[in-house]
Amino acid sequence: MRVINFAKAINEALACAMEADQRVICYGLGVDDPKGIFGTTLGLQDRFGEDRVFDMPTSENAMTGVGIGASMNDIRPVMTHQRLDFFLLAMDQLVNNAAKWYYMFGGQQSVPITIRLILGRGWGQGPTHSQNLQSWFAHVPGLKVVMPTTPADAKGLLLSSIFDDNPVVFLEHRWLHNVEGDVPQGDFWVPIGKAHLLEEGDDLTIVSMSYMTIEALHATAHMKALGVGCDLIDLRTIMPLDWEAIAVSVRKTGRLLVLDTASETGSFAGEVIARSAMHLFDVLKQAPRRIAMPDFPSPTSPALTRGYYRGAADIVRVTSEMLGQDLKPDAAEKNRQSPHDVPGDWFKGPF
Amino acid sequence: MSLTARESLDNPRVADAGLARELLYRMKRIRMVEEAIAERYPEGKMRCPTHLSIGQEAVSAAVGMALRAGDFAVSGHRAHGHYLGKGGDLKKMIAEIYGKATGCSGGKGGSMHLIDRDVGFMGSTAIVASTIPVGVGLGLSIRLRGGDQISTVFLGDGAVEEGVFFESANFAALKKLPVLFVCENNFYSVYSPMRVRQPPGRSIHAMVGSLGVPSESGDGNDVVDVYTRVRSAVEEIRNGAGPRFFEFTTYRWREHCGPNFDNDIGYRSQDEFLSWKSKDPIERLEGQLVGTGALGKEDIGRMEADIRHEVEQAFAFAESSPFPSADETFTHLYKD
Repeated sequence: MRVINFAKAINEALACAMEADQRVICYGLGVDDPKGIFGTTLGLQDRFGEDRVFDMPTSENAMTGVGIGASMNDIRPVMTHQRLDFFLLAMDQLVNNAAKWYYMFGGQQSVPITIRLILGRGWGQGPTHSQNLQSWFAHVPGLKVVMPTTPADAKGLLLSSIFDDNPVVFLEHRWLHNVEGDVPQGDFWVPIGKAHLLEEGDDLTIVSMSYMTIEALHATAHMKALGVGCDLIDLRTIMPLDWEAIAVSVRKTGRLLVLDTASETGSFAGEVIARSAMHLFDVLKQAPRRIAMPDFPSPTSPALTRGYYRGAADIVRVTSEMLGQDLKPDAAEKNRQSPHDVPGDWFKGPF
Repeated sequence: MSLTARESLDNPRVADAGLARELLYRMKRIRMVEEAIAERYPEGKMRCPTHLSIGQEAVSAAVGMALRAGDFAVSGHRAHGHYLGKGGDLKKMIAEIYGKATGCSGGKGGSMHLIDRDVGFMGSTAIVASTIPVGVGLGLSIRLRGGDQISTVFLGDGAVEEGVFFESANFAALKKLPVLFVCENNFYSVYSPMRVRQPPGRSIHAMVGSLGVPSESGDGNDVVDVYTRVRSAVEEIRNGAGPRFFEFTTYRWREHCGPNFDNDIGYRSQDEFLSWKSKDPIERLEGQLVGTGALGKEDIGRMEADIRHEVEQAFAFAESSPFPSADETFTHLYKD
């Protein structure tokens, strides 16, 4: 083990997959440019050549179809988009082809393609550069949807995704790329479809995903000091959902708070809460709650994003309400030194 | 064939009779299969949208014959001819339209989702232009893996109006991929005529040529000409020349979707239909072969009897095959 950041962990997973298997290719706008997709693809073209690592035309839809077609003849494409929002041009290929092929041809031909999409928040990314549309993808049967938080999970889940025989939408939050953590060296896989219990406690179950898990870690540390213990479940994969991990925890705590990086209505958090209401009603001590973004496009100006994005203080505030205690939400973000619209001092923009 | 197609047609007596006979057989087979579908469709046992290619058989027969079994092909919603032309299993296709477990997609696809990987027919789907990049991706896979296969993309005149067509042709040209684009221009997208879809004077093949894909057009009802030109292009693609595009004009005789004729509903005229019917690719070749004595009436009769027998067997197979079990609704979501 050694400490590396999330972006480097992605880079390691790609290199590891390409080293292990000649069939793996990696393409997307800018994969070979000097910035290498926030560092995630740096050095790959030098190491594996221009046939396997290549920039592409600005053709999101066709290039998704190209990956689908290549995957049918034993190629393992990893396609990358620097912003999820651009990938919306490719929904036909994703939804009508990648997600359907295995089912509609009676299980004869699967589509083993991995699509890395970067989503985010803050720094003026605004309405069309920071959408978190994971619930769209989770709603389409046949796709797997992965949303790692930690660097180790980023590496392990990307390797699992590349070698999974199905189409995987791999969602990386821009604010996680500089998060550091212990990451095993070499070939390291984390199974798709398994949540990770990051914190344990008896008072409340917090279910989270991607960047909101970082906010939750700040919140649970703050509350732990005040004597409130939470189970913090980082979903890691939202489809297939590790429902058992949630059910076990809620049966223990009787209280559920679900966090989501996306706008509230139709969010994946809503799905978790619906299932809980249907299947865990008898153990719930009170109505579940969720913290998601408002049902508005994400604004650009820092003056407007301050009231838009949710963080640790919101988590503590809602927990206070649920437990009927004052857990001092205003103090939950007191150690935050960087402005609210950047992930940390390391982030200087421009995107 | 040692002579060009034009010479052959101008002087059918010197045409390669064996080749022409095979092309005639393949066209008749597609026609008779689809006529049988049309005849039985009202029974209500084929419970899926079905797009017939009657009138357009020449392109399917000729292109299929110009390809090897190991070459790939993808297609769209009107794919029966392409599937059969490529060598797809007839019994499995009819069973698929009947929704049976023995169908080529196990009943999960229907008429619009055909596959026979044994002969390189990698799939047809219902969304216009949706398989075009898939075919180009198969071309990329051939490039990456080596070998002299080619990938064929069947498309219609409506598909060239989709953005993904331009994106796909651009990438195929950029990478010089081994892709054959075969566009059947039948002048209608469902009921919408060309004049409401493309500007006057537009030449599809010239437009595609400007994208960097060498392109040409031809009479899609002249099966020998289609075969000869495609065959030659296929060899060039195999030898690394990059993608090629063909626009073949032809005409769908029956309604866009379903078994009936629909010249009475007002989107096209009976005169237009009759003018195209007089250019029937099957009658045309058959007339030439009989006229020159290359085939006798009895030969034609035997050919039709053989096909009729095969078609009856295919329908019997479909009718007698079991439906998939109800459990099959919930299989094949993910590959384990």
